[in-house]
Amino acid sequence: MANFKRKDLVKQGAIWAFIVAELIFFSIAGEFLSVSEKAFMDFDNMLLLLKQSAPIGIIAVGMTIIMVNGNIDLSVGATFALAAIVLLDSMTWPFMQAMGNWAIPLAWLFALATGVILGAINGLIVWKTGVDAFIVTLGSMLGYRGLVFIYNGEQPTSHLNWTLVDFAEAQFLGLHTATWFLLGVVLLCWLLMTRTVHGRNAYAIGNNREAAVNAGIRVGPHFLWNFMLIGFLAALSAVVFYSESGSVNPNDGMLYELWAITAVVLGGTKLSGGYGSIISTLGGVIAIQLLRKGLGHIGADTETVNLVIGLILIAVLFLDRQLNRKGKEELRT
Amino acid sequence: MAELTKKSIGGFLAKQGILVAFLVFMVVFAIANPRFIDIDNISGVIRSSAILGVMALGVTFVVIGGNLDLSVGSMMSFSTIVVLDLHDKIGPALAIPGMFAMTLCLGAFIGFLVGYLKLNSLIVTLGMLSAIHGLTLTYSGGQNMDIADKQNTWFDFFGQGSMLGIPVPILIFALLAAGLSLVLSKTPFGRKVYAVGGNGTAATFSGIPRARVVFMTYILSSFCVATAGLIQASRSLGSQNTVGQGLELEVLAAVILGGASLLGGSGTVFKTVIGVLILGFIQNGLLLMGLAFYAQYVVTWVIIILAVWLDIAAKRGRLWSPIA
Amino acid sequence: MSTQTPALRLEGIVKTFPGVRALDGVSFSVMPGEVHALMGENGAGKSTLMKVLGGIYQPDEGQIFIAEDATVMSSPLQAKSKGVVFIHQELSLADELSVAENIYLGELPRKSLGRVDWEKLYAQTDDILKTLNVGFNARTKVGDLSIANQQMVEIARALTVEPRAVIFDEPTASLTDAEKVVLFEVIADLQSRDVGVIYISHRMEEIFKITDRISVLRDGQYRGTLNTKETNEEEVTQLMIGRKLDLSRNEMTHSLGPVALEVRNLSCGKLFENVSFTVREGEVVGFYGLVGAGRTEIAETIFGLREPSGGEILLDGEGVTVHSPADAIARGISLVPEDRKGQGLVLGMNCRDNMTLPQVDDMTAGPFVSDGAEIAIFDQYRDKLDIRTPGWRQMVGNLSGGNQQKIVIGKWLSMHPKVLIVDEPTRGIDVGSKSEIHNLIRELAAQGYAVIVISSEMPEVLHVSDRIVAMYAGKVTREFTAAEVTEDGLIQAISGL
Repeated sequence: MANFKRKDLVKQGAIWAFIVAELIFFSIAGEFLSVSEKAFMDFDNMLLLLKQSAPIGIIAVGMTIIMVNGNIDLSVGATFALAAIVLLDSMTWPFMQAMGNWAIPLAWLFALATGVILGAINGLIVWKTGVDAFIVTLGSMLGYRGLVFIYNGEQPTSHLNWTLVDFAEAQFLGLHTATWFLLGVVLLCWLLMTRTVHGRNAYAIGNNREAAVNAGIRVGPHFLWNFMLIGFLAALSAVVFYSESGSVNPNDGMLYELWAITAVVLGGTKLSGGYGSIISTLGGVIAIQLLRKGLGHIGADTETVNLVIGLILIAVLFLDRQLNRKGKEELRT
Repeated sequence: MAELTKKSIGGFLAKQGILVAFLVFMVVFAIANPRFIDIDNISGVIRSSAILGVMALGVTFVVIGGNLDLSVGSMMSFSTIVVLDLHDKIGPALAIPGMFAMTLCLGAFIGFLVGYLKLNSLIVTLGMLSAIHGLTLTYSGGQNMDIADKQNTWFDFFGQGSMLGIPVPILIFALLAAGLSLVLSKTPFGRKVYAVGGNGTAATFSGIPRARVVFMTYILSSFCVATAGLIQASRSLGSQNTVGQGLELEVLAAVILGGASLLGGSGTVFKTVIGVLILGFIQNGLLLMGLAFYAQYVVTWVIIILAVWLDIAAKRGRLWSPIA
Repeated sequence: MSTQTPALRLEGIVKTFPGVRALDGVSFSVMPGEVHALMGENGAGKSTLMKVLGGIYQPDEGQIFIAEDATVMSSPLQAKSKGVVFIHQELSLADELSVAENIYLGELPRKSLGRVDWEKLYAQTDDILKTLNVGFNARTKVGDLSIANQQMVEIARALTVEPRAVIFDEPTASLTDAEKVVLFEVIADLQSRDVGVIYISHRMEEIFKITDRISVLRDGQYRGTLNTKETNEEEVTQLMIGRKLDLSRNEMTHSLGPVALEVRNLSCGKLFENVSFTVREGEVVGFYGLVGAGRTEIAETIFGLREPSGGEILLDGEGVTVHSPADAIARGISLVPEDRKGQGLVLGMNCRDNMTLPQVDDMTAGPFVSDGAEIAIFDQYRDKLDIRTPGWRQMVGNLSGGNQQKIVIGKWLSMHPKVLIVDEPTRGIDVGSKSEIHNLIRELAAQGYAVIVISSEMPEVLHVSDRIVAMYAGKVTREFTAAEVTEDGLIQAISGL
């Protein structure tokens, strides 16, 4: 039994050990290779890293919940883009402009509502038709992206509101606004998944769906709520990011679903559902961002980041499999 | 008797539903706009579907074998960039086999991971999507790749040429589809792909080398990707690093639309071709109707969901899911 | 007792599935404080009946009464709220969650904002666990528990409500003797609290130890109820199989050929150790033992599905190493596996393609599979084995269990093996097909095949074998010839006595 527990500890600690290894590696390698004068572990650099982790991080938290629940959502990137467009475009509507800065919270509300509605559409389809979430969200990934393009063609949608930019660039207790949002989302979702009935039921459904159904847990509404939640978080991620940048391209957010899933898997969440932790996902997000910055720091082409992350993802999968092997007696199938 | 007819019609619809939907769809569009069934229009649609189609042929094998391939889009970018680069360095005659060899190596690597190491194909190919994208960017240094002298090369034959009055991309697509259809439906290998995807354990218990079969499906898929890359490169004679981005999901959409189950063990090359054509003709039909180009995405979404939904509804015998 | 109201009463329950009448007017009742055994062969309808009781299936006809109130069980949750609790044979636990969360699955105590009330949850759970006297606590992760302890969690679930009736489905299948004692204490405790217990098991000694009455099902029909004290094993068995238990031995004899397969000191980790035996041409060797004794694993090792950790396999006197099933097949070994649907067949494929699967490489004309050659094989074995199917295009998933099994047997006979291993050849098959398959096995031996039959059913092993190898916990305990074997000897040998 002690053996099992050690394995759990290894699983949950692995991502943080990996982050420490990255920090050490890039700090030392940076001494020899770095083009910049600054040390890698520079405090400001780390703060910036957290801020840059926010957009993917917020989505990845939602993805963790979806995957723990036994589903997957490939449409988050498109939801992100559509929410961003609603955010920026709505502020240019005449009645909104008449409201002055009061338009800001309203625009946020519109954007977040967009995310929730798109998520609800996914959730309802998964619930009511019984089609696998992979296929449903694969479809809506195309569909939602289509809506993005229909909205404004291939033109970027821009609207810079300086009040908003000031807010987004503000630092409170040294941390950027985006970082606060990320940490807030992580904390709330961690509480949701570990402390509430909804969260525990989500684990049960992903872990053993038949048992959950037999115990009277209503699977459908849980799916729906979780899809609405990830839609909300994708929109929140857009709100945080575009408040500052003020301009959205119709291709923005493409491949975000893949980045988010990569972070979640790096964090140790099981693909089949029922196991995973929000905190470890945060670790996964940070690890990816660290890799991105670290490779830049030691002067590697930024292009190699994709290569390295892809290979690390596969390596993690391989190690996980080796850890879970039963040894030589196993059936050769 | 009436019931029997009803039953057999239902059975036919369940089996060939996608073909029927396709025909109905064609007729409706043709009535709405006669230009839709103009031979030039049809030929144009097929030609522009050829790249997607060729890739979908390979992915059909992977999916029937019970796996996924999300890496075909970035792999196609890779082949396109590589063949364009090699074209100017070693000439087209060597560039093409060189590019095929490199792409097949990528396919072999994926096949090794999924087949022999038995890693989850969704995550492996997701990782490879990213890794190959990085590889392409590293190879090209992030720059667009162009053939220096676009006037004096026979390399444009595969994308722009025609034989016997048929555009070459269509010819390649048709020949490959016919060939792979035979492989899948008539050869021992094809039979084994169905067995491995249908019930991998039973296949193993029947002495079928499951790992090798899965490996081969990825080799085949990468071969198709290389062919698609060749057509793409030859058509444009220059390319961005991201030319295939997002295609993996459209390819998968076409395969699913054709009725292959993501669980493996079912699907045919013919049905995938229909799936590809549906996607192509939807795009075209909507354009002819004056709808925005991107409306096709929304329509494709609705069609995919409906197709899969009706398929499983027919299998479980009720429309709405039993999920409480 | 007869003046009491039954805790639970069933009347005329009928449940049909496409093509099968799984339950055909079943009626019986359980009194408060009674342990009532439900017995029947595989496929007799016990599981279906229990699922009807547990609210998983709805009966087509008939009624369920709880304390003489007609009740409709629409879901497992509703059954539980009515005090009918089902302890599953296949554990239905979420192994990543804690013991407490599993016990209160679907009804976690709440605080404000939808939060789980952990203190209350753990306190309630600890109370229940105390009565069960187990060595784990409410916070333990279920995945960390042994199978027996997981079963205790299942039982603990039943105690979260004031149960009127608790159904145990094969509860001792994976328990050690010490754990069984605890289980029986729990059952006695339920009894003393006036709960009606329905106890499903195949193990006669348990049934006679703890139950008050025994009801028997056969072919979906109720066959009667006996008072445990007034009956004996023979009477129960007779009721179950509808005739006297046929313990006849195989008496057919024919001359045996040379040794076809010899296994010397074969081991595979802890699954089985130092196993040695021989099979001669024309001989049927039966492997008898309890589930988990290592019989199937030996077959899988010989067939190249597992890597042996020691020992030798000799075919026709020559040492061989079998790396894969393909290897085994090439050397003339065939395996009809235990799990027909999981290992034997590709259910979404048609009959012909399933049958020719292992030799599809050799059935070619040019590069393509030859339709004619395949159909010829299919036709030959359809006739030989009397497989009833509308045609080769039929999906095997649509055939009955017996016909499916014949497809698998046909698949391996058509490979003309030297050694044929058959694992649980008649599991889940109707009585008629059973004897057909038994006769077939004898016929094959007469034709010179070396046959190994693995079975958990004593009549089957006695009926088909020339020799019987008894196994217990991964070791061969004794070998019997058909002439010398006795029932008692066999039972002792597989119990490690």
